[in-house]
Amino acid sequence: MSVAAAADRPGTAATAARFSPQWIAGRLSGVVLHLAVIGLTVAWMVPTIGILFTSFRPFTAINSSGWWLALSPPFQFTLDNYSKVLSTSNLGHSFFNSFMISIPATIIPVAIAAFAAYAFAWMKFPFRDWIFLAIVGVLAIPLQLSFVPVLSFFVAHGITPSALPPGLQYLPVWLAHTGYGLPFSIYLLANFFRALPSELFESAEIDGAGTLTVFFRIVLPLSVPALASLVIFQFLWIWNDLLVALIYVGGQPEVAPLTVTLANLTNSYGQGYHLLTAAAFFSMFVPLIVFLSLQRYFVRGILAGSVKG
Amino acid sequence: MASVTYDHVVKRYTADITVVKDFNVEIKDKEFMVLVGPSGCGKSTALRMLAGLETVTEGQIRIGERVVNDVAAKDRDIAMVFQSYALYPHMSVYDNMAFPLQMKHTPKSEIDKRVRQASGILGLDNFLKRKPRALSGGQRQRVALGRAIVRNPQVFLLDEPLSNLDAKLRGQTRIELQKLHRDLETTFIYVTHDQVEAMTMGDRIALMYDGILQQVGTPGDVYDHPANLFVAGFIGTPTMNFVPVTTSNGTAKASGFDVKLPRSVGEKTAVLGFRPEAVTDRVIDEASSLQMKVDVVERLGSDQFLYGQVGGDQVTARVDPRMQVTVGDTVKLGLDTRSLHLFDADSEKALL
Repeated sequence: MSVAAAADRPGTAATAARFSPQWIAGRLSGVVLHLAVIGLTVAWMVPTIGILFTSFRPFTAINSSGWWLALSPPFQFTLDNYSKVLSTSNLGHSFFNSFMISIPATIIPVAIAAFAAYAFAWMKFPFRDWIFLAIVGVLAIPLQLSFVPVLSFFVAHGITPSALPPGLQYLPVWLAHTGYGLPFSIYLLANFFRALPSELFESAEIDGAGTLTVFFRIVLPLSVPALASLVIFQFLWIWNDLLVALIYVGGQPEVAPLTVTLANLTNSYGQGYHLLTAAAFFSMFVPLIVFLSLQRYFVRGILAGSVKG
Repeated sequence: MASVTYDHVVKRYTADITVVKDFNVEIKDKEFMVLVGPSGCGKSTALRMLAGLETVTEGQIRIGERVVNDVAAKDRDIAMVFQSYALYPHMSVYDNMAFPLQMKHTPKSEIDKRVRQASGILGLDNFLKRKPRALSGGQRQRVALGRAIVRNPQVFLLDEPLSNLDAKLRGQTRIELQKLHRDLETTFIYVTHDQVEAMTMGDRIALMYDGILQQVGTPGDVYDHPANLFVAGFIGTPTMNFVPVTTSNGTAKASGFDVKLPRSVGEKTAVLGFRPEAVTDRVIDEASSLQMKVDVVERLGSDQFLYGQVGGDQVTARVDPRMQVTVGDTVKLGLDTRSLHLFDADSEKALL
């Protein structure tokens, strides 16, 4: 292999002679790539770091200087913000509400979408492609458009937190998130299911597996990476959602999720965003835990060994 | 164990796309039948109709005496090995093989017995706990076979099971499959595009081309008495020599030589066919000798192939490997007139 050909392929660039032009070019492009990646990461993290510093600074310091000055003397760090948020606001119950909203509103749409996507991907029925197209088309509609009609429907049929028995008070927001989450979930899963090799289904058919057996014993286990990413997306979107929750369950402390309570902090404390930053960090733990615990399922090549060599 | 009958079977996708046309074959009980043909000839479709993965447009498919056109795939008592093996990647080798039995609600102890029996036959005992991705291509192929064996089916269907293996493993597996067929005493239907597999493995061969069954017969039959030009050209490597001739009174006249035919076929234009091994360096009589201008020499150790011109026609000859030939030579070769084939120029059917 010629040296020029080797330099064309990044994997073999390292084999070029040391300090040759190709070697330097290879090294340089590596350095540039790393700088770009690091730069982007830092740019993304700056706001988060700012909130983190702010959450540990006293109100007076926040008002008088920028968060980046916290790193220069005099050091003024405090845990007051956290203790004040935890003691004065309704955070504990909001936390519970957030879980009560997020968990069913994640499981319901993902479960429905998995069944629907399997049908769209592997079953034959009339107008299948047109129905699929319609569902994907719904993705283009801004969800704000649906607030008034859906809410008036809920009110007319008694599906409001005040009219529902305790425990079911979250029903309107579950239904709303199910509706908003389904089109994307179906789209994502149907595409994933379609990519499964058709021989697996044929083989299972000959082996005597029915539609449901194929779904539960073959499709679902093979789709764990897709399901895990979908669950993370849906959960994070609901956990961080303020608008939908505010519209469908409102700001009553018994039902309001963390986001609504946090938004209220700024109102009731005026410009008190030292508290808001602390509360925001508090609410960030859950998404982090969800992400870290599910990310091990993003195993690439889970299909390896199924077909071909 | 059962026979399989294709009775005037047609597969049509749309009005003008017909992939299998009036397919008639009777596959005997315990026979190893090979469906062979170039890709797109309809052989896989014919197999998939038998498996129940494709519907039958016209005609009947029978397994034993039972018409299976409308029987679900799982109730046909067949097992299929796919080209891609189609193993369930998230299940262990054991579970892959147990799956079809679990679907039939076979008792656990019976499943265990049969899986271990099959893994014993296939030499998979040490791999039962592994996932397919931790196996080599040949091992995966054996797991796919094992999944078929445990069901103890009436008919085995194999769709190009060797095409993903490397050449050495393919030869070895070919022999193992024949042994397996002997041991299991079950009907095997094997689809391949490889004429070597067809020749070496089949009790009989069914040759398909363009959706039409061309010929059914033992490997010897098909090789020695091809029914038409396509079969003659498809079976055998290097391919048979085809030379346009005009015939009169039992003699065929080509551009570079004349040859006496075993019997008279009247006056017509035709295609004379003879295999490379019929053209040798042994000249028996002058009347059937030919002069070849050699273009390419291929030495294979055991054989030597000469590619060249006889008159205006391309001819391949198989000569003794010790014969000294260089490119550009003109050599005198003998044609063995006992194995001549003659095909009609228009219908391409065999005339002799």
